[in-house]
Amino acid sequence: MQPATATLAADGVRILLAGDWVLAQAPALAGQVERLRRQVGASTVLDASGIGRLDTAGASLLLQLDEDSGRTDRFDGLGAHQRELLATVARAMRAHAAAPRRPNGLIELLANAGKAVEHFWRDLTELVGFIGLILSALARSLVLPQRWRVTSLFFHIEQTGLNAVPIVALLSFLVGAVVAFLGATILRDFGATVFTVELISYSFLREFGVLLTAIMVAGRSGSAFTAQIGSMKAREEVDAIRTMGLSPVEVLVLPRVLALLIAMPLLSFLAMVAGIIGGAMVCVYTLDISPGMFLHRLQEMTQVRHFWVGMIKAPLFAFLIAAIGCLEGFKVSGSAESVGAHTTSSVVQSIFVVILVDALAAIFFMEIGW
Amino acid sequence: MSETVIEVRGLRNQFGEQVVHENLDLDVRRGEIIGVVGGSGSGKSVLLRSIIGLNQPRAGTVRLFGEDMARVSAARRNAIEQRCGVLFQNGALFSSLTVAENVSVPLVEHHGLPHALIERLAALKIGLAGLPPEAGAKFPSELSGGMVKRAALARSLALDPDILFLDEPTAGLDPIGAAAFDQLILTLRDSLGLTVFLITHDLDTLYTICDRVAVLAQRRVLINAPLAEVERQDEPWIREYFQGPRGRAAEHAALTAKRI
Repeated sequence: MQPATATLAADGVRILLAGDWVLAQAPALAGQVERLRRQVGASTVLDASGIGRLDTAGASLLLQLDEDSGRTDRFDGLGAHQRELLATVARAMRAHAAAPRRPNGLIELLANAGKAVEHFWRDLTELVGFIGLILSALARSLVLPQRWRVTSLFFHIEQTGLNAVPIVALLSFLVGAVVAFLGATILRDFGATVFTVELISYSFLREFGVLLTAIMVAGRSGSAFTAQIGSMKAREEVDAIRTMGLSPVEVLVLPRVLALLIAMPLLSFLAMVAGIIGGAMVCVYTLDISPGMFLHRLQEMTQVRHFWVGMIKAPLFAFLIAAIGCLEGFKVSGSAESVGAHTTSSVVQSIFVVILVDALAAIFFMEIGW
Repeated sequence: MSETVIEVRGLRNQFGEQVVHENLDLDVRRGEIIGVVGGSGSGKSVLLRSIIGLNQPRAGTVRLFGEDMARVSAARRNAIEQRCGVLFQNGALFSSLTVAENVSVPLVEHHGLPHALIERLAALKIGLAGLPPEAGAKFPSELSGGMVKRAALARSLALDPDILFLDEPTAGLDPIGAAAFDQLILTLRDSLGLTVFLITHDLDTLYTICDRVAVLAQRRVLINAPLAEVERQDEPWIREYFQGPRGRAAEHAALTAKRI
């Protein structure tokens, strides 16, 4: 391969082009072309007779030398094939001369911020609309028992409820133990270690039992709903359901929502029990509180309303997680990558909404004195 | 006769018990468009994959530009592979990159080009493939089927290949889009001097742009010749393929087009 060169001849009006103008030479050529193009005027002769091989990259650089005027007759000494190649490249470049430029950074930042706000608002209205859709489908199918999808319902209860039992129980048990340790350490300074029992029971009955479950369910089942419905959407299976005169909401969404409405309170109850057992273990082994004393104090000091404060939130969270999971699934478009993006978005949104609602509920229950 | 750029000799491919190719020979000459036809499952795609090195044949040799691909050093092999552009059946565009970035990938990876030049060359390839300028900023999922094919063609042209491998380029396109794609390949071959290895089921494509047709059947290349010669063969499969109703219609269309 001959090294490609572009040099200004001694007479100052001719530019001599020589060598193989191919892609491999382009890095070296780009600099030379950049330097020379300022000296190219209307009267400059571009002598291309020294050019050996020419490919599209080389042709593109040749045109750049002539300020992209696209006139192939500006180059002397090109072969017929090379001239044709140059003309083809010039045509392709001309179409792209007016390619849109990127806007500057600040405008892009503002535009992105605007897009994000608009996106958030659209997500919110879509979610509210989707919840309405689910509720109306639910109301319609409740009065028609022949349209209940019992098999699907039990399948999803098994998937989201039964299969989640070990992980939810273990996690709550461990968090219960950690809370007990924390309480014991701080309360010991006040000589009030016995209050550890209340700390554990209050926190697990009111908040942690249901919140830990909701986070686990959002990560496990909400994401699964998005992935399942999303891949069906990507393969046009959802459209197939629609063309058969069935409602995707009724076939795909209702069984999932109902399954989670049933499974989640059960899981929350399990989480409360496991967390309290975890705390009790710490009390028994590191504080001088016997199991009998722990139970006695639990019954005496903790009112049952704390249990209801926690439990009442479980179906609410279940509904939100299922609705967000299914809605994100329906938003999937075409590619496999989109399934992944919406699954992530589904988990983030579910956990965000769950914690937001939990915080609002905490204020509410405090105000009504529960 | 011009130089042979692809030379396949005694190729044998086998998957488990199933023998796909046996003693297959094929020659492709520089600057021609060769159409490879054959029934479903006759191993057209396997042949392509064997030639470009994605599939290790059981026996036989594949020579590209006169070099035995099984024996050359890794560096030499890499250099030869850069002279081949491949258009996969479904485009195989990277879905996380825009069209322009897809076209830039080989340029960025193989040559230390300045950023401005890469952008310029990517825009050039997108234009050569017949896409509008605004297509460069789009993601593959935002493109129609025909545009995906064009974008994939732009990427396969990125390194100015000498040989272009096309796996069913017009499958799934509407007749107008398919005809335009045929013309595009013809134009590119004529102006860039490409050799084109084309797998197709599209009889119109065969009649319009192919210089020679290789018929793949009975585990080997039955005949590799200009279309007129292939049509005269007495082989039952070939007769059925070209003399069936679709074959006759395509031939008629091609003849009419030539007369006009």
